Amino acid sequence: MPMDSNAVISEIRKNFMLESIKNGKRLDGRPLDEYREIKITENFIPKSAGSAMVELGNTKVVAGLKIEQGEPFDDTPDNGVMLLNIELLPMAFPTFESGPPSEQAIEYSRVVDRGIRESKMIDTSKLVIESGKNVWMIFVDIDVLNYDGNIIDACTLAAVTALKNAVIPGSKLGEKDFKLPVNATPVAVTMWKLGDELICDASLEEEQVSTGRITVTISEDNNIHAMQKGEIGEFSLEEIQKAIKTSSNIGNKLREKYFR
Amino acid sequence: METKQIVYPGDRVDVDDLKPRNGMYENNSEYFSEYFGVVQKSEKFIDIAPFNSPYLPRANDKIIGKIMDIGATMWTVDINSPYYSLLHMNDTPWHVSSGDLGRYLNIGDYIYAKISVSNEIKESWLTLRDNGLKKLEVGRIISVKPPKVPRVIGKGGNMINLIKNETDTRVIVGQNGFIWIDGDVDNVNNAITAIKIVEKEAHIIGLTDRMSEYLKKLKGEN
Amino acid sequence: MESNIKLITDDGLRLDGRALNEMRPIKIQTGVVEKADGSAYIEWGANKIIAAVYVREAYPKHAQNIDRAIVKARYNMSGYSVEERKRPGPDRRTMEISKVVTEALESTIVLEKLPRAEVDVFIQVLEADAGTRIASLTTASVAVADAGVPMRDMVVGCTAGKAGGKIVLDLSKDEDNFGEADIPMAILPRTKKIVLLQLDGNVSQEEFDEATSMMMNAIPRISEIQRNALMSKYNVEEGE
Repeated sequence: MPMDSNAVISEIRKNFMLESIKNGKRLDGRPLDEYREIKITENFIPKSAGSAMVELGNTKVVAGLKIEQGEPFDDTPDNGVMLLNIELLPMAFPTFESGPPSEQAIEYSRVVDRGIRESKMIDTSKLVIESGKNVWMIFVDIDVLNYDGNIIDACTLAAVTALKNAVIPGSKLGEKDFKLPVNATPVAVTMWKLGDELICDASLEEEQVSTGRITVTISEDNNIHAMQKGEIGEFSLEEIQKAIKTSSNIGNKLREKYFR
Repeated sequence: METKQIVYPGDRVDVDDLKPRNGMYENNSEYFSEYFGVVQKSEKFIDIAPFNSPYLPRANDKIIGKIMDIGATMWTVDINSPYYSLLHMNDTPWHVSSGDLGRYLNIGDYIYAKISVSNEIKESWLTLRDNGLKKLEVGRIISVKPPKVPRVIGKGGNMINLIKNETDTRVIVGQNGFIWIDGDVDNVNNAITAIKIVEKEAHIIGLTDRMSEYLKKLKGEN
Repeated sequence: MESNIKLITDDGLRLDGRALNEMRPIKIQTGVVEKADGSAYIEWGANKIIAAVYVREAYPKHAQNIDRAIVKARYNMSGYSVEERKRPGPDRRTMEISKVVTEALESTIVLEKLPRAEVDVFIQVLEADAGTRIASLTTASVAVADAGVPMRDMVVGCTAGKAGGKIVLDLSKDEDNFGEADIPMAILPRTKKIVLLQLDGNVSQEEFDEATSMMMNAIPRISEIQRNALMSKYNVEEGE
C-alpha cells in the first residue's frame, strides 16, 4: 500500500474509523465483509489475446494478454509458460514513480500469479508446440490505472477474466485458433485487520489504517491455492481460519455472479 | 436574466467596457480565456471562474491543512495545493520549544489556519493565532475542487448552514477546498453526499431549493 | 516497407471504407483517473489512451524553476497494447514521443502562473492502432484543461499522409505501415500555430500542402469533441 507523506493519516481520523468499524460499519457505510461495486468489462482490448477492465469502487485495473511462441524453461520442457506482471502506473497515485517495479508491485504480481498458477487454472501441458523447444507463452500484463485499495483482488479478477476469454493463435502455425483450456476459477479475497476486526475490499484509506493484510485464494474445489500475509502486524490462528471461511464464502458468491 | 457564457482555453472574451481581471490573457488588445470556465461580470470587473483549478495560497485565506513534515522550528503543511505551506512554532498559541514540535502537531494532524503571508512564487506561511483557528481534533476531512468553495458555502453561508442543520453535523469549510465534518457516522456521510452534489452541480439553477428537498428526503429515510 | 497491398480501392475509398478526407470516430471522456488533478480518456479509432495530470512542487527543490512551471509528459505503452508484446519501460521511440508531446504542451501552458511547480502528464497507451502520439496529445490537452492548469489554447492533433498514391487524413495502421508518408501535426486552434510536426516518408511539396490543408480542415471537428468532453462532466446548464 502506498504509505508516504501523501498518505499519512492522523491518529484522530484513525480512531474515528476504528470506532466505526468496531460497531460493524465502515466510514462509507459498508458492512465489514461487503465489496464495493464491481464492474467488469470483458474484451476491453480487442487486439489482445484476452482482456478485461475491472473497476472496484474507484480502483481501476486493466489486464491484457499476449500469447507468443517461445522456448520452455529447462526444467519443464513439456509445459507452456505464463508470466504475470502488475504495473503500478505513476498516474494511479501521486507518489508512484516511473521506473523499475517497486517491491510492492512485485509482491502483488507474485500473489496474483500464485493463485492462478497453483489452482491449475491453466493446463500448461496443453500449450506445448514441440517438446523442449517451442511452447505457447502467455504474458499477462496488468496495469493499475487508479489506486484506491485492494489491488490484489482487482488484479486477480481481471487476470482470471482475461484468461477465460483467451484465444491461442494456432493459426500462426497453420492450425486453428483455439480457446485457452481453463480448468478452474480462482478468486482472491484479501482481508485487512483494523482493530480486532477483519474487513474485505479495503479502500486506500482503510489500507493505511490497517495493521495487517491476508489474502486467501480459493478455487471452486474449495481448496486454498495461495495465501499471503502482508504488512507488519499479526494474526491469530482463529483470525486466519476466519479469513479462510470468509474467502470461501465470498469467492463462491463472486464466482456465481461473474464467472458462470 | 443574464446568461452566463462558458469558455474554453483560447476562447475570446468580450470584455465590453469592463476591466479584465482573472483568468485571461491579452493579445493585440483582445482578451482570451486561460481556463475552461464561466465568464463572470461584476459592476467593474470581468473574470473567468474556472470549473477546476489548483488552490494557490492567498494571504488572509482561512484554510484547512494537513501536517506533512516536522522540522526543528517549522511544520510543513499540505494545503490542498501544488505548493506546501509552512507553520512556524511561534505562530501557534502554544509555547513550543525548538525540536519539540511533534508534541503539539504530529504528522497527519489537521489544522484550521490562516495564511498570514504569501509571495509571488507561491511560498506561504500560516498562523494559528487568530479567532477560531485550531488543531482539528475529531471529525473527517474531505476535499472539493477549490473553485467550488463559494458554492458550497452559498450566499451568506446559506448552503453550508442548510447542510449543517439538516444533517446535524458540525462543518468547517477551508477556502482551499478541504472541508472538516464532525458528527454521527451516518450524518457525516449524508453531509458528504450533499457537499459532493453541490460540488458537481454547482452550476445548476435552484440548487439550494433542490438541496433542501433532497436533505429532507434523506432525513425521512433514516 | 515494400508491399503489394492496394491501399486505395478502385472506387477511390480506403481499405476500411473511409473517404480520403474522413477521420476515424473519436470519443473523449474526462475525469477517469480519480486520484489525479485532471484526466481524460480517448478512443480514436481502435486507439485507447488515458492521460492523467498532477500539478505539484517540482522535486527535488534544486530542480524547481523559480519563475515558471516545468512540464513533463511521459508516454508509456501497456504490454498488451501492440501486436507483439511491448516490454514495460521506455525505449527510444517512446522517449522521443514524450519529448515532442511535452514541448507541444509547454507551448500553451501559462508556465509563469505556476512558479516552482511541475505539471506531470502521464500518458498510458492501452491499445495502439496508428496515430497514438497525436491521440495522446489531443487527450493530454483535455486532461490539462480538466486539471484547471492555465492554458493559452487547447492543443489539437491530427495526422495525414500518403497511401496508395493519394493524400489521406488520419492514417490507419495499414496506411501507416505500407503507405508512402506519415505526417503527424498538432496546432493551437485559435492562432493556427503549429506546435508539433513530424514527417516520415516521401511526399512532394504540393502533396505536403494538400496534407496540411486537409488537417487544418479537420482540426475544428476534433476541437469540438474536446470541448464536448470537458462540458459533459459538469452537467453545465447555460442560463444560470
